[in-house]
Amino acid sequence: MDDNVHLQRTPLYDAHVKQGGRLVPFAGWEMPIQYTGILDEARAVRSSVGIFDVSHMGRLEISGSGAANLLNRVLSVNASALRLERARYNVICDESGGIIDDCIVYRRSEEMFLLVPNASNTDSVLQWLARWNEPDAGVAIVNVTSESAMIAIQGPDAVGMVDGLCDIDASAVRPFATVKASIGSSQVWLARTGYTGEDGFEIIVPADSAGELWNALASAGATPCGLGARDVLRLEAGLLLHGNEMDTGVNPYEAGLDRFVDPDRDGYVAGPVLNRLKKAGLSKRLVGFVLTGRGGIPRHGYAILGGAESIGIVTSGVHSPTLDCSIGMGYVGIQYADPGTVIQIDIRGRIVDAEVTELPFYSRRRSG
Amino acid sequence: MNPAELKYSEEHEWVQVESETVVLVGITEFAAESLGDVVYVDLPEVDANVGQFEKMGEIESVKAVSDLYSPVSGKITERNEQVLDNPQLVNDAPFEGGWLIRVLLDDPSQLDKLMSADQYESFLASQD
Repeated sequence: MDDNVHLQRTPLYDAHVKQGGRLVPFAGWEMPIQYTGILDEARAVRSSVGIFDVSHMGRLEISGSGAANLLNRVLSVNASALRLERARYNVICDESGGIIDDCIVYRRSEEMFLLVPNASNTDSVLQWLARWNEPDAGVAIVNVTSESAMIAIQGPDAVGMVDGLCDIDASAVRPFATVKASIGSSQVWLARTGYTGEDGFEIIVPADSAGELWNALASAGATPCGLGARDVLRLEAGLLLHGNEMDTGVNPYEAGLDRFVDPDRDGYVAGPVLNRLKKAGLSKRLVGFVLTGRGGIPRHGYAILGGAESIGIVTSGVHSPTLDCSIGMGYVGIQYADPGTVIQIDIRGRIVDAEVTELPFYSRRRSG
Repeated sequence: MNPAELKYSEEHEWVQVESETVVLVGITEFAAESLGDVVYVDLPEVDANVGQFEKMGEIESVKAVSDLYSPVSGKITERNEQVLDNPQLVNDAPFEGGWLIRVLLDDPSQLDKLMSADQYESFLASQD
């Protein structure tokens, strides 16, 4: 498929062009990969505050008397137990326990949930929901992605900046809580979530006032950041990316996502298979590793070696500006998964030493 | 922006003629900016022979990996160890501290196959 055919643009497209963002095709959207430089942008988020256009991610409203019940059938967590105005990270698994997508579910009211899947998986998630939704179950599923923009504001100064612009005490919004607020003339949803390892918010704002909010945040001193910096930051924070660390070929136990999976619920379609997989034990596991030798970046698809033997495959790798070395994640045979294990990465024919490490690579110091 | 005293290749390397038979080689500011943050440079060993317009190594930025081509034929007499240790020098000073290799030329007449700064700028303009 030609990458340039039918690319969608977010409501912030004009702002990206005006601010010099380098736009590339990504998951069917035209998105900024960087503005001034990937590493500078990543450093800005670690030291102060950055903003990201994440409007390409799906926004699906699932509402009605049967909404919680439907979500319970497909999500790896208990939607009925989710409190009002709270969010949870979870995965959606198929009949064999493979991961269709990872997403965040928000409970906006008793019978109204928002599901945020990855851009490239929005259609498969919609299909999976439709498959398990019964016609008379009283559930409406609406894709509202195009009605809004989503801006992530992340970094140690993010909460203070949002607090200064909105009508509520933003610092009182707890992690994984979501609330309605006003910023200027816009009604927004603030969620204390993110994908960088820093504190901050993801803000859902109506499409027609998204540009104004983006410009207000940039004027207040937030650094516009592209997808390149986002990938560096999420990897440093040990956060997985669907399509790299997850796909329908791996199950959540292999991906190390045990704590986001509750298989023992009535009606959960992937529950029985997940329980079987859990009992059977793992033959491979996702690990983080740090390159100890010099040799470049361990990129997606490169072989992981243990001595002369191929023992796994790299799923993601970046140069970490925070650690000042190359880091990566990948799947290895379970006997190589312990932290401290010395492995090698085949970087285009160069065999470079690496060491399996605990995840995350980076965690922020928490105040209070 | 492209120093007038240097010669240039279509692969965006520059050549500084130091004597009749010795040149210094690096990549241009245009190349460094297109690559973005450079994190790794792989260069041939000292005493290795390189051929004009043939692959001699790799340069890797946070975004991508590119092949490096030698703009001249000859023998490597020195590698910039500072760049190997701190590849960011290529971005910071592509025409100075970010040089890559020093080469003893096999055939100085090969320099005629390279472009002047003016020709290189026209070449860049034609690539848009």
